Amino acid sequence: MKAATFSGLWLSLGLSVMILFALSGCSQTVAKDQLYQQLGSGAGIEKIVDGLLVEIENDPQIVHHFRDTDIARFRKLLIEQLCELSGGPCKYTGVSMQESHTGFKITQADFDNLVRHLMKVMTEQHISTSAQNQLLGLLAPMYGDIVYR
Amino acid sequence: MKLLISMLVSLILSLPAAAGSKVIATGGSTSIEGAAGGGIVPWAVINGYASSGQWSVNSFTSRVGVDDFTLQNFGIGASYNNQWEVSLTRQKFNLDTMGGDLQQDVFGLKYHITGELLYTQQPQISLGLQYKKHRNSGLPLAVGAQKDSGTDVYIAASKVYFGAVAGRNLLLNATIRATKANQIGLLGFGGANHNSYQYMLESSAAILLRPDLAVGIEFRQKPNNLAFADEAHWRDFFVGWFINQNFSVVGGYVDLGSIAGLAQQQGYYLALEATF
Repeated sequence: MKAATFSGLWLSLGLSVMILFALSGCSQTVAKDQLYQQLGSGAGIEKIVDGLLVEIENDPQIVHHFRDTDIARFRKLLIEQLCELSGGPCKYTGVSMQESHTGFKITQADFDNLVRHLMKVMTEQHISTSAQNQLLGLLAPMYGDIVYR
Repeated sequence: MKLLISMLVSLILSLPAAAGSKVIATGGSTSIEGAAGGGIVPWAVINGYASSGQWSVNSFTSRVGVDDFTLQNFGIGASYNNQWEVSLTRQKFNLDTMGGDLQQDVFGLKYHITGELLYTQQPQISLGLQYKKHRNSGLPLAVGAQKDSGTDVYIAASKVYFGAVAGRNLLLNATIRATKANQIGLLGFGGANHNSYQYMLESSAAILLRPDLAVGIEFRQKPNNLAFADEAHWRDFFVGWFINQNFSVVGGYVDLGSIAGLAQQQGYYLALEATF
């Protein structure tokens, strides 16, 4: 009988996962700029990017990649990119991810570090877990265009 | 002695800086056979936080306590380049009500073939093997096992889906294992019912409530080789907390079904891991 109860528990957990899936599917039909708003709109994204620049500056593993980078331009383009990506009223004016990273020989460890820095900065700025995940989910597919180029 | 202790303390304090680049929790926990994974299922993830060009070491201990048996595991492991994982584990299995105990050693090797858990559309896929050998062959042979050692080979696929469940990240894993093991090898390998390799399906699903906090379920299909007692599939429910890049703790509830003729073996699972 105990075994049956446990199987029931297992089944109900599985069912709740499916229901949550369905719910999360529904919630995606809300405003196009919802993520942009959750990131704190323009000002919030600027704060995220500025926080990220500080993290990069203090990370010996990746800072060398930015030796010849025009930081002001990089900052502007990254703000544009995150704004557009999150559904905000911006247009990214830079080149493709693949083009902008070719020749830098960015490794998986470099990429991992940047992801961790972004997570840390977003957490410090009280961005909700779901908004963080959504942004990370939009950025993750860029991996192939960025590393080992 | 004092010097040794102070050296150890300073070593422990200095080590955390050596943690790798991988994102929190992406090295998984350590499963009962020493492979990075959940509690009872090896995943495609590589243990620890070593990313490209980095290496890491880890140690773990875990305990499964069910009605009539206790399984205590401890081991060490290492990984390199987020690609290779090796582990050495000792399992002590106490037959609490029947009396007696036995010990099995597991040497584990895992190779990350393709895909990246977080970053690629394709799941991360790894190939692994576990060579298991009893320290004393008496008990497994007495219950009808053909051998006191064996090798499991598995292929695992793992992927994190960002924001998939109510905005939370979802980890799915499926593992196919070729094995002859009876009760993961604790009761030896092969038997009168069956004495050749069979494919078993193992799966896990976990929701990351936070990047450092996972709740999940697991299922492990098992063969039924021995004539003297039926073997059941295993299930568990777990909560894992990845305190930082150095320490994690996992607690769970396990249902191991019938073991050696004793039915309804249910109880707790607890695992502690340190990674540097």
